[in-house]
Amino acid sequence: MDTQTIDKSINYVAKDFASEMEVKWCPGCGDYSILKQVQTVFPDLGVAKENFVFISGIGCSSRFSYYMDTYGMHSIHGRAGAIASGVKAANPDLSVWVVSGDGDSLSIGGNHFIHLMRKNFDINYLLFNNQIYSLTKGQYSPTSEKGKVTKTSPYGSIEEPFNPSELALGAKASFVARTLDRDPKHMQAILKRAHAHKGTSFVEVYQNCPVFNDAAFFAYSDKETKKEEAILLEHGMPLMFGNNNEKGIMLDGLKPFIVDLNTSGVSANDLWIHDEKDKTKANLISRFFDTMFNDTHFPRPFGVIYSEDRPIYEEGMAEQIQHIKNKKGKLSLNKILSGDKTWEILN
Amino acid sequence: MISAEKGVEKTTQEKEVDRIVVRFSGDSGDGMQLTGMQFSDTAALFGNDLSTFPDYPSEIRAPIGTVAGVSGFQVHFGSREIFTPGDEYDVIIAMNAAALKVDLPRLKQGGIIIANTAGFDKKNLNLAHYPDGADPLEDDSLENYILYKVDVTKHTKECLKETGLGMKEIERSKNMFVLGLLFWLFEKPLDHTLHFIEEKFSKKPEIANANILTLKAGWNYGENTEIFNTQFKVAPAKLQAGVYRSITGNHATAIGLIAASEKSGLPLFLGSYPITPATDILHELAKYKGNNVKTLQAEDEIAGVCSAIGASYVGNLAVTTTSGPGLALKTEAIGLATMLEIPLVIVNVQRGGPSTGLPTKTEQADLLMAMHGRHGESPLPVIAASSPSDCFNSAYEACRIAVEHMTPVILLTDGYIANGSEPWRFPTEDNLSEIKVNFLDKPNGENDTILPYKRNENLVRPWIKPGTKGLEHRIGGLEKQNETGNVSYDPLNHELMINLRAEKIKKIENDIPLLKVDSGKEKAKLVVLGWGSTSGAIKTAVLELIEDGFDVAHVHLHYINPFPKNLGELLSGFDKILIPEMNSGQLLQLIRAKYLLPAVGFSKVQGLPFTTTELKNKIIELLNS
Repeated sequence: MDTQTIDKSINYVAKDFASEMEVKWCPGCGDYSILKQVQTVFPDLGVAKENFVFISGIGCSSRFSYYMDTYGMHSIHGRAGAIASGVKAANPDLSVWVVSGDGDSLSIGGNHFIHLMRKNFDINYLLFNNQIYSLTKGQYSPTSEKGKVTKTSPYGSIEEPFNPSELALGAKASFVARTLDRDPKHMQAILKRAHAHKGTSFVEVYQNCPVFNDAAFFAYSDKETKKEEAILLEHGMPLMFGNNNEKGIMLDGLKPFIVDLNTSGVSANDLWIHDEKDKTKANLISRFFDTMFNDTHFPRPFGVIYSEDRPIYEEGMAEQIQHIKNKKGKLSLNKILSGDKTWEILN
Repeated sequence: MISAEKGVEKTTQEKEVDRIVVRFSGDSGDGMQLTGMQFSDTAALFGNDLSTFPDYPSEIRAPIGTVAGVSGFQVHFGSREIFTPGDEYDVIIAMNAAALKVDLPRLKQGGIIIANTAGFDKKNLNLAHYPDGADPLEDDSLENYILYKVDVTKHTKECLKETGLGMKEIERSKNMFVLGLLFWLFEKPLDHTLHFIEEKFSKKPEIANANILTLKAGWNYGENTEIFNTQFKVAPAKLQAGVYRSITGNHATAIGLIAASEKSGLPLFLGSYPITPATDILHELAKYKGNNVKTLQAEDEIAGVCSAIGASYVGNLAVTTTSGPGLALKTEAIGLATMLEIPLVIVNVQRGGPSTGLPTKTEQADLLMAMHGRHGESPLPVIAASSPSDCFNSAYEACRIAVEHMTPVILLTDGYIANGSEPWRFPTEDNLSEIKVNFLDKPNGENDTILPYKRNENLVRPWIKPGTKGLEHRIGGLEKQNETGNVSYDPLNHELMINLRAEKIKKIENDIPLLKVDSGKEKAKLVVLGWGSTSGAIKTAVLELIEDGFDVAHVHLHYINPFPKNLGELLSGFDKILIPEMNSGQLLQLIRAKYLLPAVGFSKVQGLPFTTTELKNKIIELLNS
């Protein structure tokens, strides 16, 4: 984010980013952790406070913008991405953060979501995924698992869920990462990476809703299960997991499979080495979502799945404007008013 | 070349007329729109006053030769002031049988038909559903008209046979033959079109050459053959002295927005999704990058308005352009802009509805949607343009009011004036009113607090740009506490805010001109109250009736919300009020509801503008009732 004003004379602390508004999420909501991690990393980003803008949609997640002592707009359902695109196009110097939920981004705002990824504005997009509609008191969302029993699906949902990171990659996102509310350090690192990435940085945050969908992601954070169920991605490092880090993931062509390092004779160096820049492999990793591959159960990946440098929208826009200015110059208003062909009528 | 074949002197008589309506009519692929525009521009440059009406099907290429595929371009030009494209045609150019079938009913008795005989073969007659064996060019069905049969296709082929061009290219040039012939018929110079062709085909000299040859062949055909013995002369009009240009409504809207941007010093941002008949505004603005205009072609109508809201939030002059179905999709976001109290201009180029309706035809049926089509109590200013050139003033005013009163504004135009063109005595930069912009740059409350919703004497809140140091604050769609803007669910505060937002819009009446009688006197037996694109037809009808001794007047509304302060008083000067609208009586409802006056409506919802005759008949009928 080299375009933003960096004011080195101000040493912000986390509480400088807390607004005076009382935070009103339910006790135990994962949103508290996300708010805290954002406020914790912001002083380190080197951006003057007045240049941060939060745009949120509707849902529990989207109250977020009220709680940050920055500029912010709590907008309408599903449209945060579309509004943010106008903010960034009109003023590329701002550090724009979209805060949205699974319903907001992937149901009502699905169209804006995919096109925002494709257009690649330099925006940070935080999707709080709790796999449920909470503000409307518990209906299944586009990320709820099939069979989910909710008030609108008393006999179980019959819909396949979206896998947000897979969708984002399919929509040409240039940065795709996943983190979760119960791992503050990991989230902080991911937030910094998202900020540093030039382009739309899509961050899916697994967020617990203690009231309507409690413990949906605990398998990825509880001590007893997380080492088996989650895999931490690091660029240049082999894909390893397991209680004693004894398992690894390899590729047979484009087919991933799990090996036991203790019994197979395979060493860590032989494993699939994570490469954030490799889109084909990122697509495979993003699809570690359930039992998709031959009944084999893969751990859920966390970290930066994909990161690509490609041109950003607002720079393309600015370059075109500059190009035309250089080539044709600025037309005077009188010239625009008269156009090319005029005639005079005399009395 | 035909000119070379003829050696005999011919005598042509010249007839002076004060106005003429020509209808160019052919297949969608025949280039009738371009031909009509070239003819109109030439007439305008010559000094005629004029009004045009492109009338085309929604299919880009409907089946060739069918009635559904007929594309028409109507131009009414004269040596006197012209306010409408004309009720009836003096001349029809019929490129095929279907075109004649569509347009003959509106040709004047004794009018001229120039028919391309190649478009009247058996196949074309069948496609146009003429009965078996019937051929209007050969039977006596057209005996009340002056019929000129010209094999345009054959002559075009003849004159281009040496060029080596393929049949497809040759076919495409045939509209130039017609245009050349028309220029001869109405004694107009070829220069403008020659220049146009050279420019348009500067990279394809062989195509430019073919078009020029055909254009000249058309002229020579009129000049040298014995068929045409009358030329019509339409002298330049006695218009107000000044410098003129030709302009369509959509083009005028686009440059009105640019002018407002330049005068206010605010960068222009357009978030828009293509929709007929509004897209030309996006096309036009996309060209002005050199003037810092940013256009974003959004993924849908909602993203169009939402991106504009984002741009307005950070201090741009933000606009979204659309037509009825798009306005319907944008309404929730317009409610947000109303709640946020940020400037936003929404241009609705109305078309026939509901649903996809008649997308290329005109209508005024979105007035009540513009007035009331949002959830909750969310009043906003509504402005309507009355002619192609008036789109400029209206767009400029919409921007001025949006910015100075911190509100979304809906500008209503419609397909008729958006695509229609007329000569325009355009203003210069110095003639344009100021647009005052004030961004807040320091805390405006006691003890350096920030009060984003503290209002001035007009109840207008400050515009605060993100990036302004020390003014960080949050806004949103939730109801907000007066002045602080903090979220508030207090019942009395909600009512207060509803009232403040409404009062803010009402106060705009102090910032718009008082309404004046357009034609006629301030007291009369009957007033025709119009809004939007009906202006030209009403003006013509009322002026003609006044000339005939009728006691009538015309009042035209440009500001519909709020109404001009003196509207009620003005209307009280008339015994009867007639409100013609291209809808089922929408302004009528507003006037009756607000002023409790027994106004009478006159509806036409056919996708077509009113004719002067229709209006005159209705006015006389109401006067006599």
